[in-house]
Amino acid sequence: MGEVIVVTSGKGGVGKTTATANIGAGLALRGYKVALVDADIGLRNLDVVLGLENRIVYDLVDVAHGHCRLKQALIKDKRFEGLYLLPAAQTKDKTAVKPEQMREICLQLSEEFDYVIIDCPAGIEQGFRNAIAGAEKAIVITTPEVSAVRDADRVIGLLEAADLREPKLVINRLRPKMVRQGNMMNIEDIIDILAVDLLGVIPEDEKIIITTNRGDPVIQDERSPSGEAFRNITRRILGESVPLMDLERNGNLFSRLRRMVGLG
Amino acid sequence: MLDFLARLFQRHYRGSKDLAKERLRLVLVHDRANVSPELLQLLKDDLVGTISKYIEIDEKGLEVTLETSDNVVALVASIPVRRVKRTVKMASV
Repeated sequence: MGEVIVVTSGKGGVGKTTATANIGAGLALRGYKVALVDADIGLRNLDVVLGLENRIVYDLVDVAHGHCRLKQALIKDKRFEGLYLLPAAQTKDKTAVKPEQMREICLQLSEEFDYVIIDCPAGIEQGFRNAIAGAEKAIVITTPEVSAVRDADRVIGLLEAADLREPKLVINRLRPKMVRQGNMMNIEDIIDILAVDLLGVIPEDEKIIITTNRGDPVIQDERSPSGEAFRNITRRILGESVPLMDLERNGNLFSRLRRMVGLG
Repeated sequence: MLDFLARLFQRHYRGSKDLAKERLRLVLVHDRANVSPELLQLLKDDLVGTISKYIEIDEKGLEVTLETSDNVVALVASIPVRRVKRTVKMASV
């Protein structure tokens, strides 16, 4: 039986879909069979982030309503051996699927795959309830902003109330320079407030925009800091103990010198 | 560069993140309390139990609320006292 993990955040636009795509690709690169499920019915996006938008025939709602078999709706990602996508419907709304149907689909997928990763919609209404219904574990994504951390706190409370204990936190879009200047909350600040375990920290990285434009996961990019952060997160999910990466390594010589003399 | 000079001359430069953290801390006290009104009720019940050991109180007039003022969140309890007990029963250990 595989593991079913939901990726959620409460607030929109913090990087759930990008994280889902990269963690999925990362696990596939390590040789695991992975099914990604886009639970954002009506606003699907995991397909475009993965560059698979032209290959959709059936979707999650078709499977839930018995219009097709689960296997027919799964899209095989040809770049990553073992990676599959179950896309969301675009023309329906969030009430088109019930929590019991999601639970059944997750159960079926977990029989076939090592990891089932669900991309949760923003918000805490029906779409959120559906997305977490079949999950055993949760990853909460936040950014170092008051609004995103507040929503993450709310979601952590709701996850725990739904018996998804000990969610793991990913801090996205951290800007080391702003943290150093005292103008952005740091990792300790956020962990201190949310009181959950940290799964990883992803630095703000233009490479994510470039790779997403192409429909490629950034995790393949050996030199990008965000790619490295996602590779580390993948390894931690697999149970390895990986220290947090050095977020300062990409500074230029001048800024590194300034830091050395304590002026940065 | 200007920013760099500003920090050089302003030794006790305090970044905006402290403000962010403080605001977040306060807003979460309320959010978390709002998530469960049951929590306040449980707290009330426990308060009544504890205080009643020493003082006779009017349970119906009991009020427990969270109040915010000037960066501090306080738990405010208004407990009408009927009578202070003369002898206090010691809890058996």
